Amino acid sequence: MSKKFTKDHEWISLDGDVATVGITNYAQEQLGDVVFVEVPETGQQVAQGDDAAVVESVKAASEVYAPLSGEVVEGNAALEATPELVNQSPDNEGWFFKMKLSDAGELDELMDEAAYDAFVKELG
Amino acid sequence: MASQTAPQQNPLQTTALHGLHFSLGAKMVPFAGYDMPVQYPLGVLGEHLQTREKAGLFDVSHMGQARLVPVNAADDAAEIFEQLVPGGIKTLKNGHMRYTQLTNEQGGILDDLMATRFDNDLWLVVNAACKDNDFAHIAAALQGQATLDIQHRALIALQGPLAVQVLQRLIAGVEDLVFMQAAWLTWQGHEVLVSRCGYTGEDGFEISVASQQAEDLAKALLAEAEVEAIGLGARDSLRLEAGLCLYGHDIDTTTTPAEADLLWSVPKRRRAEANFPGAAIINQQIENSPTRLRVGIQPQGRAPAREGTQVQNQAGQDIGTITSGGFGPSVGGPVAMGYVDSESGQIGTQVNLIVRGKPMPATITALPFVPQRYVKG
Repeated sequence: MSKKFTKDHEWISLDGDVATVGITNYAQEQLGDVVFVEVPETGQQVAQGDDAAVVESVKAASEVYAPLSGEVVEGNAALEATPELVNQSPDNEGWFFKMKLSDAGELDELMDEAAYDAFVKELG
Repeated sequence: MASQTAPQQNPLQTTALHGLHFSLGAKMVPFAGYDMPVQYPLGVLGEHLQTREKAGLFDVSHMGQARLVPVNAADDAAEIFEQLVPGGIKTLKNGHMRYTQLTNEQGGILDDLMATRFDNDLWLVVNAACKDNDFAHIAAALQGQATLDIQHRALIALQGPLAVQVLQRLIAGVEDLVFMQAAWLTWQGHEVLVSRCGYTGEDGFEISVASQQAEDLAKALLAEAEVEAIGLGARDSLRLEAGLCLYGHDIDTTTTPAEADLLWSVPKRRRAEANFPGAAIINQQIENSPTRLRVGIQPQGRAPAREGTQVQNQAGQDIGTITSGGFGPSVGGPVAMGYVDSESGQIGTQVNLIVRGKPMPATITALPFVPQRYVKG
């Protein structure tokens, strides 16, 4: 399945009922050099919009919100030692966490790639 | 609180290098009323390391520059200025400079600044956010004794271990200066004031140049292979690693030079004379040691602890607050400074920082985090 996107610049890639969540290339460009990432613990229940992860650049700390509701099944352990993966490979190796969705209907609220690209373009 | 009318937005001021920042692809932010570059395409990490390893060019033209001139030519502006600061200023040799603070009657810091002696005049460089208040305060306090000639010049900092070899190609004589020494030199027939000082912990220079020549000088420096443009983001991480205070964060009107661990800039003569604003309070703190002290704090994990983070002792009691904190690219991990209760402030003490509600282990550490590499005489 193709990726879905939020207005908070997260991407979601669905495999069955498990969604992989990361931040977009636009988001990592805005953040600048990422120096620390805190991912959620396996088993953590999150509701759509909850704080789920923390990403810190040299400049500032930012929250990453749960784009959907469900249970965290894995955090990306590689980000602990190599947070710069978020800059180097935001769409792939720099993923943040995987979650098992509790309400697949929430997916319909998200943007597809064309809609997200248009959204980013409007931001200038 | 919501207001009925939209707040009056003061338009941002710009420096003489504003156009250059745009052409270099800078990301601009408002800072102290100016539209300033926070980073260039190289990025904060790259700009920081560039400055530590080679040379970085900073636009610091937003800072205030002024010449303090005695009303009677036979008087000494440096001696007159000591009424307002605890530093040893009248003892400055010609062409030498010192770091000091403007204090209030409570011993609090109104601003920190650099003062350079040129004969009976004193050249001052103050912080951008404070400059209007500073200059009004100095002019009023010293009325009848000295006048303040505010300089509308650009100020370019060139910092890093290769700064001297770059700058001497353009301006003859800079290599003869030592740390905290300044001279009027010539660049392409124009008078420039070159000071060997800075805010990064590295060797380097600040060059005061007329606004009309500022962009040409900056471009000439950037054309040298060793030099890159550096934004405010890296300026902050560089000065934090060097243990240097940022006014409005690490020092302000509620902190004294004693609490801020700046007594090295208050010589014995001034303590004994006790004739600067807040002298009684500062001397009392020197005698009894202040109840809180600015210290370095090194988090043990990888998570940075930002300004405002609570510091607790092992028993879970609040003992202080972080005033500057972030990631130190040269240290390769998080670094911070802040104020802790003096009894808890011994180097090596284990503390906890409360980051996102969780205690994070950290150690009280000597400043600076990286060795200062000044070229002393």
